[in-house]
Amino acid sequence: MFLAVSLHLLEAQALNGLALGAILALAALGLTIVFGLLGFVNFAHGSLFMVGAYGGWVVYTKTGNFFLALPTALIVAFIVGVIVERILIRMYYRRPPEDQILVTYGLAIILVEISRAIFSSQTQLVSTPSWASGTIDVAGIYFPQYRVAVMGISAIALIAVYLVMFKTRIGLIVRAGIDDAVIVNILGINVNRTFLLVFALGAAIAGLAGIADAPLIAVNPDMGNDLLVQCFVVVVLGGVGSFFGAVLGGLVAGEIVSLTTAFNPDLSSVMLYVAMAVVLIVRPQGLLGVEGRT
Amino acid sequence: MGSSVFVGLLCPITGSYGADGTDLEHGYELAIEDLNNGTGVMSHIPSLRGKKGLLGKSITYKVGDTQTKPDLAVQLATNFITENKPVMITGGVSSAEDIAVEKLSAQQKVLYMIGASGSNDPTGIDCQRYTFRSQLDAYMVAKCMGPYLVKAYGKNRKMAFLTPDYSYGHSLTGSMRAELEPLGWKTAINVVAPFPITDYSSYLTNIANTDADVFINIEFGNDGITSTKQAVQFGILKKMKLVIPNISTYLPDGLGPEIMQGVYGTQDWYYTLADRFPLSKVFLESFKKKFPGIIPRWTAHQAYAQTAMWADAVAHVKTFDNIPVIKYLEKGNKVNLMLGEVWYRGGDHQMVRPCPVLIGKSASMMKNKDDFFNIVALVPGEQVMQPLNETGCKMPPYT
Repeated sequence: MFLAVSLHLLEAQALNGLALGAILALAALGLTIVFGLLGFVNFAHGSLFMVGAYGGWVVYTKTGNFFLALPTALIVAFIVGVIVERILIRMYYRRPPEDQILVTYGLAIILVEISRAIFSSQTQLVSTPSWASGTIDVAGIYFPQYRVAVMGISAIALIAVYLVMFKTRIGLIVRAGIDDAVIVNILGINVNRTFLLVFALGAAIAGLAGIADAPLIAVNPDMGNDLLVQCFVVVVLGGVGSFFGAVLGGLVAGEIVSLTTAFNPDLSSVMLYVAMAVVLIVRPQGLLGVEGRT
Repeated sequence: MGSSVFVGLLCPITGSYGADGTDLEHGYELAIEDLNNGTGVMSHIPSLRGKKGLLGKSITYKVGDTQTKPDLAVQLATNFITENKPVMITGGVSSAEDIAVEKLSAQQKVLYMIGASGSNDPTGIDCQRYTFRSQLDAYMVAKCMGPYLVKAYGKNRKMAFLTPDYSYGHSLTGSMRAELEPLGWKTAINVVAPFPITDYSSYLTNIANTDADVFINIEFGNDGITSTKQAVQFGILKKMKLVIPNISTYLPDGLGPEIMQGVYGTQDWYYTLADRFPLSKVFLESFKKKFPGIIPRWTAHQAYAQTAMWADAVAHVKTFDNIPVIKYLEKGNKVNLMLGEVWYRGGDHQMVRPCPVLIGKSASMMKNKDDFFNIVALVPGEQVMQPLNETGCKMPPYT
């Protein structure tokens, strides 16, 4: 069985892993920002992913233009992020993680059921954009153009978030506000608004990942459930709160799933958790995490 | 027993088969309403005609969301049994759920009418005295569509299968191979994928790199949609003809006519059968009245048909007691329903009923948003039943 796996196939699976990893990295980035910077455990992250997918789908269906769907998903998820932060989340920043988990778990159920009430359980039609519906030949392997596009969308979004967080004044305030909210407040900067911005940014990235993933998966109210678990694995693998950790964690997770599948499909999802357990034992702060950060 | 009896409904409203489960729930709600009011298709069944309720009792029910998970289905069924004393339990969409509940119902001696199940096992190796199934089993699907595939695509074709790794997947792939290989088709590859998953790239890569010319996708529900979408992206449908033997209720909506056109498959029931069967028309009209804007799909039909078969048996034996009802159903008494006359085979509790073979329409041929298929053939059930001695069913005793 093991010998039957050719080099050709391994190469293909490595490529698949890269595409899968790109989506996981993008989806997990929003979670790790909120988790790492605000110290807030957001179990509603998967449902924000779903909200973005639906937002983008509505515009995509109406206009047929995927390039309009991408920013729409981002904006819709951002707005939903702002709303839930203002009326609910902000009361829980200082509460213990178990309270945060409970309230966001409840929030996730509410968001999913609202979607179900509006759009039903039925899977919505999100076709592959026509400009990326073909395949390309990578050293004799058929590889979908759209998966290449997803890697591109992911890379651009990751770079944009990096620039905002580390190269702008807003990013500086955000990072300072989180390190020492009291001092930043004394300096006359509204920390509350900073927290709001971070949470909504996390939501917006989840939403973007949602529409980017939509042509690949079934778009329905439950689409975020599986993703949430995988995002947490990615965050733990890469290191909580680490920007590059999310990227590395996503790619590692994608490769683990794809390469394991080449040898033994049954083990593919299990191996993800095995890898997480190994990282937790050997390097509890994650591959690129900083020790002592909570 | 008071003036009402209780029926427990198991419907996966969420999870991989959530859309199918919602349709299933609609079917049960209509069936129970029709029984209680003496309306709709129920009023056309001689034993029920002119009566409200069943044996003078109204039917109450609760719906449990199984989330397409066997353990949860068993837990919900157990709650029904201990708290509500059901005269019958019905539902489930995945064969994994169904087989789990089947075993529980046998243990607890409660009648269980399966919702949807396309595996051979629920009326094969896992058959139970207390369980009946109306959907086409895998053998019937393969048997009824096999000849049409060979007619359409010729002899000596090579098949690639994508199989979900549980009872239903193995059963349907096995049956398709058993039907098509003797007709001259060969299996190039059978890729087994875990159930459920969201990324099929690794599995589809294996399929894309074979020289198969027919891609037979066994995946169902959201998994059927996801895997097919991704197969298109991998260029598989440029090289291979797509066949979906068991087309889940909302799969064509999720894939669109561009992908579905020319695709062969089967469904338990399709709404244009209203043109051929008067009771399909009654069913369609009463469903549209109760659920405005929605066309019933095949899981709703199944829910209704199962409830009607049970109600007819109860009305005949004049008791809700299990054993007389089971014995009545086992005699193969025919009931005229939405697919004409149907009945259960006593030996394995599988319904003998016609099999609709479908082909996907192009967008320009669709008359409305639900009009995805042409009916290629309606194969009589008797012609496609698996011989009883091959089913593997060893029917347990009554008590």
